[in-house]
Amino acid sequence: MSAVGLQMACVAGLLGLTVLALVLSRSKSSTAVLYGATLAVSAVALIGSLRSLLGDPANITAMTLPVGLPWLGAHFRLDALAAFFLVVVNLGGAAASLYGVGYGRHEPTPHRVLPFFPAFLAAMNLVVLADDAFSYLLCWEFMSLASWALVMAHHRESDNAKAGYIYLLMASFGTLALLLGFGLLAGPAGDYGFAAIRAAPHTPYAAALVLILTLLGAGSKAGLVPLHVWLPLAHPAAPSHVSALMSGVMTKVAIYGFIRIMFDLLGQPAWWASVVVLFLGGITAVMGILYAMMEKDLKRLLAYSTIENVGVIFASLGLALAFQANGLKIFAALALTAALFHVLNHSLFKSLLFFGAGAILTATGERDMEKLGGLIHRMPLISFVVLVGCVAISALPPFNGFVSEWLIFQAVLQSPELPQWALKIMVPAVGALLALAAALAAACFVKAYGVAFLGRPRSVATETAHDVDRCSLAAMFILATLCLLAGILPGLVIDALAPITTEMLGGNMPMQAKNAWISIVPIAQSKSSYSGLLVMVFIATSASLSVYFIHRFASHALRRAPAWGCGFSDPTPAAQYSGTSFAQPIRRVFGTVVFGARDHVEMPPPGDIRPARLRVELHDLIWEGMYAPIAAAVGLSSEWLNRLQFLTIRQYLSLVFATLVTLLLVLAIWS
Amino acid sequence: MVVISDITVQGMQMLLVLLLAPLLTGFVRKVKARLVRRRGASVFQPYRDLLRLLRKEVVLAENASWLFRVTPYVTFAAIWVAAALVPTFATGLLFNWTADLIAIVALLGSARFFLALAGMDVGTSFGGIGSSREVMIAALAEPAMLLIVFCMALVAGSTQLSTVANFMASSDVGLRVSLGMAVIALIMVALAENARIPVDNPATHLELTMVHEAMVLEYSGRHLAMIEFGAFLKLLLYVSLIACVFLPWKIAVFGTGPLAYAIGTAAYLVKLVIAGFLLALFESGTAKMRVFRVPQFLGAALMLGLLGTLLLFVSRSF
Repeated sequence: MSAVGLQMACVAGLLGLTVLALVLSRSKSSTAVLYGATLAVSAVALIGSLRSLLGDPANITAMTLPVGLPWLGAHFRLDALAAFFLVVVNLGGAAASLYGVGYGRHEPTPHRVLPFFPAFLAAMNLVVLADDAFSYLLCWEFMSLASWALVMAHHRESDNAKAGYIYLLMASFGTLALLLGFGLLAGPAGDYGFAAIRAAPHTPYAAALVLILTLLGAGSKAGLVPLHVWLPLAHPAAPSHVSALMSGVMTKVAIYGFIRIMFDLLGQPAWWASVVVLFLGGITAVMGILYAMMEKDLKRLLAYSTIENVGVIFASLGLALAFQANGLKIFAALALTAALFHVLNHSLFKSLLFFGAGAILTATGERDMEKLGGLIHRMPLISFVVLVGCVAISALPPFNGFVSEWLIFQAVLQSPELPQWALKIMVPAVGALLALAAALAAACFVKAYGVAFLGRPRSVATETAHDVDRCSLAAMFILATLCLLAGILPGLVIDALAPITTEMLGGNMPMQAKNAWISIVPIAQSKSSYSGLLVMVFIATSASLSVYFIHRFASHALRRAPAWGCGFSDPTPAAQYSGTSFAQPIRRVFGTVVFGARDHVEMPPPGDIRPARLRVELHDLIWEGMYAPIAAAVGLSSEWLNRLQFLTIRQYLSLVFATLVTLLLVLAIWS
Repeated sequence: MVVISDITVQGMQMLLVLLLAPLLTGFVRKVKARLVRRRGASVFQPYRDLLRLLRKEVVLAENASWLFRVTPYVTFAAIWVAAALVPTFATGLLFNWTADLIAIVALLGSARFFLALAGMDVGTSFGGIGSSREVMIAALAEPAMLLIVFCMALVAGSTQLSTVANFMASSDVGLRVSLGMAVIALIMVALAENARIPVDNPATHLELTMVHEAMVLEYSGRHLAMIEFGAFLKLLLYVSLIACVFLPWKIAVFGTGPLAYAIGTAAYLVKLVIAGFLLALFESGTAKMRVFRVPQFLGAALMLGLLGTLLLFVSRSF
């Protein structure tokens, strides 16, 4: 069987599981079986796509199915780029299925989740495989609808219906933008096959419109600011393993769409396109993480952090566009490799963190961080793997998040080679924004971990929590191990990505596998290197040396005592530093501008025994300035049109007559 | 044989930073005391403090977790590795190419990440206030640091510290305005990162404006010793960093033999003395600023870094 045939067989298997789940899912015992079957199919698809990625890059397989548009058929094709994204999709899918074997048992309404879960996976596989605009859009819409159904799984919980509604609106808007974009790409001849689009020349005007439409379509799905509003509502509303898929994987499928159109279908990019993408990427990264910093709900915090990471990826893609537009192929390859590496990394640690949030939700029933605390004592294993995820997402060595950030900074440092002044000045500024986002991400995850896992328990449910089942733990430990492996052996990942950059850009980074001490050297010109393995070995050695010396020579005495409260021990756990108070310094520095943040102190008059209150006022300026006016305008106009429903028959007749006359007049003037 | 001698030199560097770090802090304290006409403690006092702390028992808060007990070792190890990777007396040591400046900054970030978590672990307000302010300062210092790195990399063509130092030591650099801006910005960042005046006061306890000391308030005994030692090392690291990039005078090149190393070490000691003296002089003459003035201070560092970079674009000879 050809490589693409294997993938299509796996997709068929997933669709078959969907049908099976429709029949079986009402019985509780079928949950583990169905997730197990999904795991098996995803694992086969993962192995198949890994083989395609690591195998001969020239071996591009395609297949055509006689469905879809009659004169076109449905084309599917598996090249290196698709193979890489299939690895990301199926790795996430397999991990989520393994997690689901355990987590799914706690699902009160399995028949609302089980049928859509394999369908969602199948749809994401199909989007990546599609090789003509019609199948692409069809599968894209299928993916949106399957994920929408999963978002609505718990539709009776407050706000979930609203989340689903906004998601549906934004998804339709995004598809519309992509539809128009593909229409422009297909040109007047209207050939929707990707091969034809790739071969056809595109005028600069059309290319500009396609860029804008792709940014609207793929960007709204990926969560680019200001199109991100649905994401922090919809991702957390789904069950946690689906949240992990939506945040870790579906946003990546949207990024795949962007890469496919901008780097593959559209041909040589114009340099100003990169300015737009860089700008949006930098803003998205900083805004996303600032939103996350202000958030109290653990899953929404993770969703906002996804927006940050999408911003980082887009900034790196913008760099790749800038270098590619100026013919600097090696630098473009470096930037694209960094972006793809970050795609992989983010799918690993974001899935891990959403699984952790799901485990907390199972154990305590809480998503609000201000009601958690002290979980490190109750859930030792979960707290350990989540710590790994937090370190990785904060871009700290020796984990994987740092490697991709490092590669992006190396690409940023090559910007003096760019001839355009706008880019020369802009790229360092975007680099500073990315550094700001990375530092804020570390702050944000200190907050998330510190408030949820450390300190004293803030609620009764938290005091009685305990570690979750083995399948969930296994899924999380596998992801954590992969985070570490990608961090200490980055050369292998970079080499695996080389066929993609060759295919998309016509250049690739030097092969890394033969470097001494498996360090990575991005390009000869940068003269910089980094070896994750050695850094880890050094840290491990020096930590064990210091532990040895301390335990050999220092006092062993240890006494437990009450915490030092400086003369006033806090009486209740509620008096601990909370997430909101942890965010206060950063809210004060950035929030006054970005969120219009104000702290109000309500001090009762002297003699009054009411407690004083501190109220924090935050505004989502993007929602209030952009979406609320649109919603108000739609509401107003529909209210106005509503009057048409309550007219008398004479008024309706005169309306019909007036319309007829107007149309005839228009016709008369026209001709 | 060559490998063994290489490893010996690398090991010497690691030991050197370890041995010199408390001395530098002691020297700064001594000079500060002399400047206000006090006699001050001996320059060796930090060693005695560390030994005393090692002999004391650890008093652990009742709900402190394993993370709290592991953190001192993790932070110490991360800072030690970072300090060992900055060239001190010689450039191009065996493992110098393991990490470039960005990675060294990130290693310090790892140390801070764990320390901030440990501040949250016991669940008192002091730890939280210290952690939250520490991460705010870090969030502001890191973009400034990146622009400084950018400025340096534009001049020297690399982010690898040994390469940068060798380039700066060569005669064809000369005086440049942009490098001047970068060094001022780097000093500002270093003051903030090391919790020195005017950003934080290393000598206070139980003051509401303190940052670093509040975060580590719960630590005692051997744990506190590791954290203090880490802080000493971090100060030495930043001094070595500024010295090797902007004052690579007499720094030895790897493999030039013991005599060059001896000269390099002597020059390094001279640089430490100068830097320690200047730091003490600056700290004695400055007041600590309010914590919410720090963003402006670090914003100025960011702007200097950006300006330096832009000047380099305008003309390579600035």
